[in-house]
Amino acid sequence: MAYVPLADRDAEMEMHHPHSFIEKYVWSQDHKVIAIQYGSVAVFTGIVGLVLSLMFRMQLGFPETTDFVDPNFYYQAVTMHGMIMVVYFLTAIFLGGFGNYMVPLMCGARDMVFPFMNMLSVWFFLLSVIILMASFFVGGGPTGAGWTLYPPQTAMEGTPGHDMGIILMLVSLAVFIVAFTMGGLNYVVTILQYRCRGMTLMRMPLTIWGIFVATVLGLFAFPALLVAAIMMLFDTLLGTSFFMPAVIEAGTALDHNGGSPILFQHLFWFFGHPEVYIVALPAFGLVSDVLSVHARKNIFGYRMMVWAIIAIGGLSFIVWAHHMYVSGMNPYFGFFFATTTLIIAVPTALKVYNWVLTLWEGDIRMNVPMYFAIGFIFTFIHGGLTGLFLGNVVIDLPLSDTYFVIAHFHMVMGVSPILVLYAAIYHWYPKMSGRMYNETLAKVHFWLTFLGAYAIYLPMHYLGFLGVPRRYYALGTTDFIPQSAQDLNAAITIAALIVGVSQILFFVNIIGSLKWGKKADPNPWGAASLEWQTPDTPPAHGNWGAELPTVYRWAYDYSVPGAHQDFIPQNVSEAEEPTVSDEHFDPDKDQSLADV
Amino acid sequence: MTLAVVIFLLVVATIIFHFASPWWFTDIAADWSTIDLTISITFWVTGFVFIACNLFMAYCVWKFRQKEGHKAVYEPENHKLEAGLSIFTTIGVIAMLAPGLFVWATFVTPPENAAEYEVLGQQWQWQFRYPGADGILGTADTEFVSESNPFGVNPADPNGRDDVIVNDPDMHLPVNQPVKALLRSNDVLHNYTVAQFRVKMDLVPGLTSYLWFDPTEVGTYDILCEELCGIGHFIMRGSVTIDTQEDFDAWLANQPTFAETQSMAAPNLAAGQAQYAACAACHGQNGEGNQALNAPKLAGQQAWYIERQLNHFKVGARGGEGDTNGAQMVAFAGMLTTDEAVRNVAAYISSLPDTPAPTTVTGDIDNGYDIYDRNCAACHLDDGAGTWYTDAPKLSGMSDWYFVTQISNFRAGIRGLHSEDDYGEQMVAMATAMADAQEIADVAAYINTLR
Amino acid sequence: MGLIKTVTEKPWERKGVIGGMRPEGAFDTESERVALVYFLVIASVVFSLFLVSYYIRMELPDWQPLSEPGQLWFNTGLLVLSSVFFQWARNIVVNEEKRNLYTAFFGAGVFAILFIVGQMVTWENLQAGGYYMTSNPANAFYYLMTGLHALHLLGGLWVWSKSSIRLLSGSEPKDIKLSVELCTLYWHFLLLVWLVLFGVLANT
Repeated sequence: MAYVPLADRDAEMEMHHPHSFIEKYVWSQDHKVIAIQYGSVAVFTGIVGLVLSLMFRMQLGFPETTDFVDPNFYYQAVTMHGMIMVVYFLTAIFLGGFGNYMVPLMCGARDMVFPFMNMLSVWFFLLSVIILMASFFVGGGPTGAGWTLYPPQTAMEGTPGHDMGIILMLVSLAVFIVAFTMGGLNYVVTILQYRCRGMTLMRMPLTIWGIFVATVLGLFAFPALLVAAIMMLFDTLLGTSFFMPAVIEAGTALDHNGGSPILFQHLFWFFGHPEVYIVALPAFGLVSDVLSVHARKNIFGYRMMVWAIIAIGGLSFIVWAHHMYVSGMNPYFGFFFATTTLIIAVPTALKVYNWVLTLWEGDIRMNVPMYFAIGFIFTFIHGGLTGLFLGNVVIDLPLSDTYFVIAHFHMVMGVSPILVLYAAIYHWYPKMSGRMYNETLAKVHFWLTFLGAYAIYLPMHYLGFLGVPRRYYALGTTDFIPQSAQDLNAAITIAALIVGVSQILFFVNIIGSLKWGKKADPNPWGAASLEWQTPDTPPAHGNWGAELPTVYRWAYDYSVPGAHQDFIPQNVSEAEEPTVSDEHFDPDKDQSLADV
Repeated sequence: MTLAVVIFLLVVATIIFHFASPWWFTDIAADWSTIDLTISITFWVTGFVFIACNLFMAYCVWKFRQKEGHKAVYEPENHKLEAGLSIFTTIGVIAMLAPGLFVWATFVTPPENAAEYEVLGQQWQWQFRYPGADGILGTADTEFVSESNPFGVNPADPNGRDDVIVNDPDMHLPVNQPVKALLRSNDVLHNYTVAQFRVKMDLVPGLTSYLWFDPTEVGTYDILCEELCGIGHFIMRGSVTIDTQEDFDAWLANQPTFAETQSMAAPNLAAGQAQYAACAACHGQNGEGNQALNAPKLAGQQAWYIERQLNHFKVGARGGEGDTNGAQMVAFAGMLTTDEAVRNVAAYISSLPDTPAPTTVTGDIDNGYDIYDRNCAACHLDDGAGTWYTDAPKLSGMSDWYFVTQISNFRAGIRGLHSEDDYGEQMVAMATAMADAQEIADVAAYINTLR
Repeated sequence: MGLIKTVTEKPWERKGVIGGMRPEGAFDTESERVALVYFLVIASVVFSLFLVSYYIRMELPDWQPLSEPGQLWFNTGLLVLSSVFFQWARNIVVNEEKRNLYTAFFGAGVFAILFIVGQMVTWENLQAGGYYMTSNPANAFYYLMTGLHALHLLGGLWVWSKSSIRLLSGSEPKDIKLSVELCTLYWHFLLLVWLVLFGVLANT
């Protein structure tokens, strides 16, 4: 079976060259335009999610004065906030946005393997978002069953949006999964088949490894959500009893019998836990590259980083029931899942060590992306360590379903990935737009976001220790929750409002710089990986001009002893730059050698 | 540079916050100090890693900041260092996990001598059942659930006859007696949590889950629901009182058995009618109500609700400070000296011909519908008929002006906060769904359309 | 073995061009086939999760097994024939012949359509016999899983119909070779899924 030479694709690429505005920016099949489209839709939903969170934070902080949030809306807001942020914002922006943008560029391809399917993917994603948003406008409003959508309450009278809201949510998720599958197949096949000449798997930047493994995880994990959503739709619409046991709704027995709510939870978390890593792994990859470039040092222990990504990906499929320690499932499962969960801490910790060791003996440039990357390491250490509390099954007994859980997962998969997101946007913005942003504004944005987020979530852990339950519209009167807890809640709300509003700085900077930013250098940070070596900035359609690049080295040749510059781009051949074969190269002792 | 200092300061601030925080675990009231110990171990391990990693990072950021003429060291990897760190991490993980698994092994195997009791969760209240003299709980199923048998105890099961039924959210347990709680739900997932006991578990419809503990401290503790169970999740409250054995026995003896709740004589309507004569002066011969006398319509209201409110007036849970109209009822309710009399009157009132009360309140019906549909219908039902299941009285066709007063009382804290009013606090919370007098009127106007 | 070797290499030590025009680690075949195989893996995950749910739900007390109608044997025969015809068509295009191609390729599709019709008749008969979806979870699973299988088959038929139009409008066998090959692979996969489903449904 002959491999289709890449050169043949060039002719094809010519045919797909867009001609009109609509073809270029709307029905585009260019991975970069699709990436921007994916990103824009994801950011739009993210803003909706953010605004919802500020509204219910107002209720929690200032229940007396917040009239616009009633209990019904509160539950709808927390539900939609959760689902939007996890699925429609973070998953979509990392894989749909960065995945689309980076995969062909970093692999040295002209585009995705199946550009048409790629375009369909973004339109299906938009459709899923429209369906999701439509639930705000139907009778009963969006579902308020919690983002975990646990039956039987999703379909019962006492839950907001139990009629149309939940149906739209499930349909929207199914459409999203279709979109994700089309996009995911593209990333996987492109990474496997469309790397340019010389780009071996181990020469790929960690960003690609992160995206690759996350996509594989997603393709295996999302089916579980699809299966659960289909069965729940059947229960809701057709009256089957997959998940619905015999229950009483407002005094009347419903016509269901024998279903298992816990089965749904197993399916949901079989998707839900890998989902954490679907968000985290691309973030791990992106931040590794940012750290390496700005520390002027190769990522420390590249091989270990790759293995850790693969190990975390694999392990993430056998830890799901740690979300269910107190769900009423067979309690003996706790032994197994606590053990696997704590094992996953080892590769994760190694990644953290290697990020920090990348800084060790580096020549750290404190550029804007580096602020966010280091901020990420700090919040990720914090969020990772609190995970050890919840993963250890007995400690989960007092802490599950309290503010501690909220604080933990926001630190580890809210704040941390979002800091990476900003690091990545500030890092690649010059390449994507050809402009430079305002650094001062970006730094102000960093300080407000980083310190503000820590001010929100650090105290929240302590409310959790106290035992303040999550998903409470109001704390009401209890003997063990003092007034000071309510005051702390108010302080957290103020911090959240500051962080929320300060994101405007980001948008002002990013959008304003498109017009007023000064022209950016094609490779302002001196990065070695392939996406910075394109002939045009921003890269043109087809990415590489007449000839595809050839790769001679890995993506991390920084500060190589004896080299002319402190980085050697991947497409620079050995003839042009010396080779280092000794892995423990001592610059002082071996300098003369290298100079030869 | 700045960032290095800030990271350092954040570590220091975190440590200070940790030790200065007034928000900390509640004083433990059950013999689960092993859980607290596991938490302490985890704090030491994770605390060390947190401080070490971040200080090292801050040091790197400061020490290796960009300098003129300085160049980064080229070192792709250091296998020994990575292996060492892996082993070090693994040891830390084992140090946390091993004790955790031992404690979990104790948790999953309740002791032989643990006394059983049942917790029943339903939207949005707690009820409890004790096994009675035979020590065995009767079987139960949702198919048997009714107003008079909220637990769904199987009437044919002899073991269930002597079960003690606690049909309110306040339960008691004897101190120093290990107990195993059997958890059941009638509708959705709930979670039985007492912060001071440290343990919690979901209630799952269709199966029985469990947890166990050994209460060590006498006192009263809050029971909270910690699994989202619908719009009333945050008002699903109860309390557990740890008593001395004598106090507990005395309390338990006062609670009815299942057999007693089933064999209660049918209410005597004639006796009720006779007693109603005193009520008729204000509430009218047919319970139609009289706004001039501040007497709401009673006819058509559900009997269990009237019974409960009469008892509230008797014990002063209603008609206290700020409720001048209610205060008039205290004396009248006091005339019904026995529980039987209260039940007879309630049954008689409930049997009176139900003609809708005249409408006196106007408002924006659409807005009223919006608020009602979103927040009230979950308990009071779409048609405003109310149901015993959610402890929600009938609203449709009742006196609208009375609705307005009572909602205002709930909002002002005049009604619902008395310790004997087990379900009033739910309305205090839910009444906030109506932001002001206008919105209360809007809802009243909407309810007026439901007749 | 290959994978272990790949991920343990030290990339900073290997300089220069490695691999030819095809990148190291890529599969020696068309991207479309890689994508299809990957899709089949995902579809297997979906069906497996349904089967796992089926077995878990089966343990609960209200389960009443559904006795599968004998007509399913007939339907199975139709699907086998469809697969056989696809294989035949594949062999023809691989050898770049044209004889019997119409018979094989259209026959394959027609048998698949007949299979779906047969499945619909089975559903109708079950409904008429009082085996409603809501009356028991076993019934619900039956409708759900056979329906999902039929949907996958419909998706395949869509691709088949596109290739058929190309064939009718005069395309040469080599033009539709890949399409026929991938359809054949897909059909064999769906036959396998059906046999597993049928086996599980019939034995429980």
